[in-house]
Order: sequence, then C-alpha cells, then structure tokens
Amino acid sequence: MPKITYIEHSGKEHVVEAESGISVMEAAVKNMIPGIDADCGGACACATCHVYVDAAWADKVGKPEAMEESMLDFAYEPKENSRLSCQITVKKDLDGLVVRLPEFQG
Amino acid sequence: MGGRAIIIGAGQAGAQGAASLRQAGFDGDIVMFGEEAEPPYQRPPLSKAYLQGELSADRLYLRPPAFYEQQKIDVRLGVRVAVIHRAAKSVETDRGDTLPYDKLLIATGAPPRKLTCQGADLPGVHYLRTIADSDALRPALKKGGRIVIVGAGYIGLEVAASARKAGLDVTVIEMADRVLARVAGKEISAFFEKLHRDQGVDLRLGAGLDHFEGKTRLEALVRKSGERIDCSAVLVGVGAAPATALAEAADLRIANGVWTDEYARASDPDIYAAGDCSSHPSALYERRLRLESVPNAIEQAKVAGANMAGGKVVYDAVPWFWSDQYDVKLQTVGLGEGADRTVVRGDPDAKKFSVWYLNVGRLLAVDAINDPAAFAISKRLIAARTVVDAKALADPATDLKSLVS
Repeated sequence: MPKITYIEHSGKEHVVEAESGISVMEAAVKNMIPGIDADCGGACACATCHVYVDAAWADKVGKPEAMEESMLDFAYEPKENSRLSCQITVKKDLDGLVVRLPEFQG
Repeated sequence: MGGRAIIIGAGQAGAQGAASLRQAGFDGDIVMFGEEAEPPYQRPPLSKAYLQGELSADRLYLRPPAFYEQQKIDVRLGVRVAVIHRAAKSVETDRGDTLPYDKLLIATGAPPRKLTCQGADLPGVHYLRTIADSDALRPALKKGGRIVIVGAGYIGLEVAASARKAGLDVTVIEMADRVLARVAGKEISAFFEKLHRDQGVDLRLGAGLDHFEGKTRLEALVRKSGERIDCSAVLVGVGAAPATALAEAADLRIANGVWTDEYARASDPDIYAAGDCSSHPSALYERRLRLESVPNAIEQAKVAGANMAGGKVVYDAVPWFWSDQYDVKLQTVGLGEGADRTVVRGDPDAKKFSVWYLNVGRLLAVDAINDPAAFAISKRLIAARTVVDAKALADPATDLKSLVS
C-alpha cells in the first residue's frame, strides 16, 4: 500500500499506509492524524482538510480543479502548493507522498 | 475534570461531542448510546454516492473504531435510551439497565416525518435517514421503472438526481409552487426546476399526495387531483421532526426541539443538547434557530463538549448548508428569511452564479451555485454583520474580495 507522510504544523511526522482509491483526507482520518477536520466528509464544500503538498510531489499530485481552487483561496494561509486532501486520490504513483498541515483549518 | 458523561445519540453531533469532551480535558467515563448498529457515520452521502453504490459503508464512518478505544469512549450500539431520570441523574436503557451521569448530552437528531395516508405502510414506500434506509432504497434504483419522489427538498431532489443517474423514470411531486421552498429563494428554485426538467425529471409543482395503492406492495401513487401515477418505488422527503420524546418525558423545556441556551445547555444545568434535535438562540439573527445540517451538528457539539468539561463557550456560528445534484453544487450561507432585496451575480445559464439576500443593506444569506468564492466571502461578511452596497454587488465588475474589509 502507498505510504503517505503527514507533517503537523509542529513538525511531528506521521507515516501511514493508505489504501489506493481512497482520498488523502480519508487516509488521515482513518489513521487519526490531528489537524485534518474534514467537516463535510469529502464533498469539497468546507476547506477543512487543507494540506501543503511537498515540492517534490507537486507534479505527480497535480493542480486543483476550479471549484477546489476557489475554496482554497479562502482557506487559512493558502500557498502555491495548497490542496484540499479530500480531492487527492491515493494511488501507487503517490507512494511516498509528503504533505504538511497548516496551523489551522477553516 | 472527571465523573461520567453520557451521550444519547451516536450521530454526527454525538460523536463530535465525545471527541470534544476529551479535547477539553475531560478524563472521566464517556458512554455514548446509539440506536443504530453502525458506529457514527456521515449521512449526506446516503442520498448520493452511497445510494449510487459508489462508496462502501466503512467509508462513511466518521472515525475508525480505534479512535473510540484510544479516546476511551464507550460506544454502545443498538441500544436505545428509554428514560432520563433527572432527579437521580441517570439514564435507563430499553434493556432495563440504569447508568448514572454527571453530565448528559442529548443528540438524538431529527428523523423523517412519516406519512399516515392510506397505503403509506406498503413495501416500496421509502424514507431516507439511515444507512439501512439507503440500503433498502438501492435495489429500487437498480430495478428500473418509475420512482416517485414526494417532496422537493434537499433529500427529494438529491435522490431524484441519483435515480436519474441510475436510469430510472423520475416524477417529483411537491405541494408548494416551487422546489426548495423552505430553504432557498425563488431564483434558486427556478434554477433547480430547470436543471431537473432538463435532466428528464417529471416535476409537478402545487401537487398534493392523496394515497398509495397496491395489493401486497406499492403499485401506484394517487394525487389529490385524482391522477394515478404507476410506480415501483416512492421516496418520501417531507421534512424531519426533532426527536424530543425523551427530553419531553423528562420535563425539559422544548421549543421546536430541545431548548438550549447559548452554551448548548438545556433547561437543566447538567444536561446539554446539540444538532438537529435542539434549538438555540442566535445573536446573529436575533431569534431562536433549529438547524438541520452537518456543520451545525459539529459546531454546536464542539461547544457542548467543551462546556460539559467545565468551559464557558458561546455557540453563535453562521449556519451553512450544501447540496450536490448532478454536476451542481449548492452552498448556502446564512438564513435569507426577512430579506427585502435580492441581488443575483453571475449567469444561471452558465450554472455558476450566486444570490445575495439583504435586509436594509445587511447581508443575511447567500446561495452559491458552483461558486465557492461567493460562498467563502459571504461567510465572512455575514459573520461580521456587514452592510453591503447593493449596487456594487450587482455590478459584475466588482471584485468580491473588495467587499471584505
């Protein structure tokens, strides 16, 4: 199973094994990663699963679609590499993915 | 802080309440009772992805089973709390067990309103609130034929969209003269009416239900007008009623749901309530509100959990809602009731626009169609009780961000 590393704002790292096909948000919730609220459960409606994608993974993860991009605009401290983790699907290609969590969600 | 906290209801509010109690440092026992067999799960996909068979049940679970173990939350599923004994500060289950509490959270939700007309209990007449309800409806979507939806609210229209996607013939009958009449303005209603008709839905407005017909199972629905519509399934979505029976029997104050103050506390200093089952005072709207929405359940339960652990947090969040139908996402912020002016931004034909509801200039609510920017900005404006310039708002050249001070 692909490995994903979540790095909390404090610097604390969590490495999890995630099933292909679920989202990076779902993998975080399943593994009780603090800092991903995911209030809407993955409907791309709330921007509380915001992550920063590690620069090395930016191309493989890709850019957000228009809806997601607008939501990100109003997330807490959006950056160039911001994504909503509910919109990133775990797959073999993303084995080793590193994402960082913002200080706050929403 | 220790002792025992009991939570009645294992839905979105119950689960959040338990988590928030721990987050606030409550280190006593937490016992959560759920009537259903499943651990706390999200309900919105039950009319969409889960109904369509695209999501398995375990993907609905709000948290993994390990979470409750780690947080020492004793989740008792398939158990109904039958009585709250306020004087003894205990609850009694339907199995006759009695368990004392120091703090109690009522998070019993709002089950669907049931019809009582002739034939309403025929197999083939469905409601939608639980995983079991969605599981029962799914075979009807696979079988084909015609489904009639009674009620054009969120649930009815979302199921209509799912059923069209599954290739069914769909008729929607609605008593009001427009869809989503209870929750959205006229422009939004007109947009969704066109959307569903374009997708092939047979939409009947101002249409009342008289009764159902069928020998051993549902065969037809008969309208008040006498028209008979043959169908193999019916989904009834005519609103929900707060589950207040326990609170009423315990002589707690009821006001369109379990009455709570701004601290999510019921009319008993040791009892709290959160989510669909409760009403709370809104300083923002200067009236009492009972909201049926996931964000309200989560935010109010956070407040209840923190206060049960000894905090003094006020609940006054801006209400918000969302609905997904076909390729359209509706996001609503605030409550538009009392608006004296509406401003439309964008183009409904392009399926991307927003409707802004004002009262003497103050922004009350916004309905955003495929327009998350309008949604996100208006959330801030409404929370800040902003008076906006309607003229500037109506001007497509105005950058929405310029409205945020």
